[in-house]
Amino acid sequence: MSSFIIPLIIVFIIGYGLFKKVNIYETFLEGAKDGLVTTFNITASVVAMMFAVQIFLSSGFIEGVLGKFSAFFELIHLPIEILPMALLRPISGTASLAIMNNIFLTHGPDSFLGLLASTIQGCTDTTIYVLALYFGSVHITKSRHALVCGLFADLTGIIASIIIVKVMFGF
Amino acid sequence: MINYIWYFLILIGITYSFFTGNSALINNKIIEASSEGIRLVIDMLPILVLWMGIMNICEKSGLLTKFARLLKPLLKKLFPSVKNDDALGYIASNIAANAIGLGSAATPFGLKAMQELQKENEKKDTASDAMITFLVLNTSGVTIIPTTVIALRQASNSINPTSTIITGLIATFIASFCGLMLDYFFRRRKK
Repeated sequence: MSSFIIPLIIVFIIGYGLFKKVNIYETFLEGAKDGLVTTFNITASVVAMMFAVQIFLSSGFIEGVLGKFSAFFELIHLPIEILPMALLRPISGTASLAIMNNIFLTHGPDSFLGLLASTIQGCTDTTIYVLALYFGSVHITKSRHALVCGLFADLTGIIASIIIVKVMFGF
Repeated sequence: MINYIWYFLILIGITYSFFTGNSALINNKIIEASSEGIRLVIDMLPILVLWMGIMNICEKSGLLTKFARLLKPLLKKLFPSVKNDDALGYIASNIAANAIGLGSAATPFGLKAMQELQKENEKKDTASDAMITFLVLNTSGVTIIPTTVIALRQASNSINPTSTIITGLIATFIASFCGLMLDYFFRRRKK
């Protein structure tokens, strides 16, 4: 079912553009150029985060230190490999992207961890960054319960991801 | 914040590898990491370029506005205190743009929405109820097409790069719902 979504959306959007007499080819090129610029703009931050995440992950810190609590994480069905990603997801989208990529390289994108990382990366946003940006833009300093609610949503999203991936892919 | 996180990751990584005698490995990783970062960007590039092209058609043809208009009745229920119709319009556009993976177009709408909400806000340094609800909705972000995830899955030879669209959608809805419930609980408790 998943494989139908993108082709259908593309046919629909281009068809609608043609129907509305939009110059679809030119419009596509204009947007594609924007995509090029956007990707180019994030290059520096991807390299910066990749650098930090690679050092952190390959140091063996996760297996060595968090591994000591593995019995606890097993009890709550949370694979420790996913923990750094879950912790960094609300703070930096690039850092969690780098971790996800690392999981793909070591465990494969279609492994349980790979599918779980993909689901988590897609299901929430960088809560802390968004709050800082949006509240900062209108000079709000007292954010009340915004952070608690945002992080709670992230947490439930991560828990839900674990359960859904287990159920839907039969792990 | 990001300064500390960045340094924290590097510091922990390097310190720990000294203790465990892994420093030679780290040395290699430092050099490798940069090329890995560039590779990551190149992997994402084709799909981002393609998708931004398609989505520009979606925006210019007025489809995005239509999509946003569909969301409005639902938003009226979620934001009972907002009387400002422009604010609801911007919120709707922000959510619609985020949903189709047009993050860079979503941010300006979101900032506009915050300005409109700020006009109605009585205490200018304190977040209003509506702002909090909006941000909870925004950060638990309903994303229908996670473009970067698909691109990287494909680059690592996944047998089905789009297989996590559905699981992601379900997880997103659960996250948004739980966030909104907690927000509702806080609002009720205040009264």
